[in-house]
Amino acid sequence: MKSITRQKPFEEITEQLRGFSRIFIAGCGTCATLTRTGGVEEVTAMREKLESQGKFVTGSVVIPVACDDVTEALVGEHQGSILSAHAILVMACALGVHRVGNNAFNKPVIPALDTLFIGMDDGQGVFHEVCAQCGQCLLGEMAGVCPITACHKGLLNGPCGGTNNGKCEVDKEKDCAWTLIYSRLKEQGRLEMMRKYQPPKNYQVVPRPRTVRVF
Amino acid sequence: MPSKFKEALNSGKFVVTSEIGPPKGTNLEKMYHHIDLLKDKVDALNVTDHQSSVMRFPSIGGCLAIKERGGEPILQMTCRDRNRLALQAELLFAYTKEVRNVLCLTGDAVPVGDHKEAKGVFDLDSVQLLRAIRTLESGKDLGGNDLDGAVEFCAGAIVTPEANPIEPQLIKFEKKVEAGAEFFQTQAVYDLDKFARFMQFARQFPVKVLAGIVLLSSARMAKYMNENVPGIFVPQHLMDELANAPKGTALNKGIEIAGRMIAAIKKEGICDGVHIMAIGREEVVPDILQTAGIS
Ligand code: SF4
Ligand code: SF4
Repeated sequence: MKSITRQKPFEEITEQLRGFSRIFIAGCGTCATLTRTGGVEEVTAMREKLESQGKFVTGSVVIPVACDDVTEALVGEHQGSILSAHAILVMACALGVHRVGNNAFNKPVIPALDTLFIGMDDGQGVFHEVCAQCGQCLLGEMAGVCPITACHKGLLNGPCGGTNNGKCEVDKEKDCAWTLIYSRLKEQGRLEMMRKYQPPKNYQVVPRPRTVRVF
Repeated sequence: MPSKFKEALNSGKFVVTSEIGPPKGTNLEKMYHHIDLLKDKVDALNVTDHQSSVMRFPSIGGCLAIKERGGEPILQMTCRDRNRLALQAELLFAYTKEVRNVLCLTGDAVPVGDHKEAKGVFDLDSVQLLRAIRTLESGKDLGGNDLDGAVEFCAGAIVTPEANPIEPQLIKFEKKVEAGAEFFQTQAVYDLDKFARFMQFARQFPVKVLAGIVLLSSARMAKYMNENVPGIFVPQHLMDELANAPKGTALNKGIEIAGRMIAAIKKEGICDGVHIMAIGREEVVPDILQTAGIS
């Protein structure tokens, strides 16, 4: 699992940091490093950019796994420079922002990144969303293609009228999920799966706020 | 009161439907004018539901206007903008206003329209919406609760006979039939031989099929559709016909082509009728019908 992020426009970041002249920066050594949005290089670049804007950076850290619970201890090690800052700028996905925020000595926590989706990479710098955590997985009946995330409309009973030569109506560059599902089921000799009526989906498997006790 | 449109479908006559696009705004004059022009010339009028995801006066509002003016409406319902509660509520309302025909569609994607940042709903899909209608008819809602007063609709759906690949489209067609679709209006067809082959498949099922006729207003429009509208293929000979029409007469040529196709479909009994989409040129639908020898 990788949390796919994109850096917010710098203007938005400075807008959110308005009134804070002393900043502590926290990056993440896992997903945000992979997506080149919050690794060592990006944190260093952000530091220089903020300094050139007249901000004082009290310190910075790239937390190995920002969403992990050891973050608490790591943040603690930087207590001095965090306490002397007005705000913490987090260059991690929203999970990291939460984790840091819960241990930030009540300092305002500002996200520098937008969390786009949970996805996989193709090794060439392209990331795809493959699961939206719907709570009731249909991959077994859909030849491994998720209709919730791969179909623009999340359709469960076959393609819409916008499907076009294997591409989706919203973007000629994007594959139509239902052509993929069809082709794979056909190859597997399981086309009857596509004929099966899929009832309306349960969108409240775990109602929000989602919490589940697993042990 | 049963659906007049359903009676027409079952009468064995060649059924003709056309389409009304509600306005963007509250000035209903033009819509009234189109309704008055067409209501007695066709068996029923579809009212589009935020077509192409462009926000407009609602489909149900157009249907009520058609009722008031003595016509027979077909309520187009997409799954894009309403969740299952809102869809069911609108079906209850439509029934109480004697709107008796519903066309169930998935709906275009939000980003193709004019509110590109809106949340697309798609809580149900078109097959599930058809089943929802049959469930409401049984006196229950989708939550399994009893209704105090049920509904009864002539329910239809759409199909794209020239989709590529075609098999997924045919599988969905069958699922729509199983879900209770009584009639189909097709995406535009221009190649009648290909369409006749699709009809060989469709004829196995107890449903009525109305061939989609989209008026070609110029060679440029035909080219645009070929390049941009999924499932529409205007053959080269029709493109040439439009391109070779003397300056200023392309629309007349388009009317002639549409009329000719309708006449051929009727004469050869290829399907049960036609659905004429003039896309903003509703004024000329009577001319198309006249050219087709239907008036
Ligand atoms: S159906 Fe799709 S969104 Fe749901 S759990 Fe499976 S992969 Fe994830
Ligand atoms: S074209 Fe395919 S992927 Fe796109 S919305 Fe339609 S069915 Fe889904």
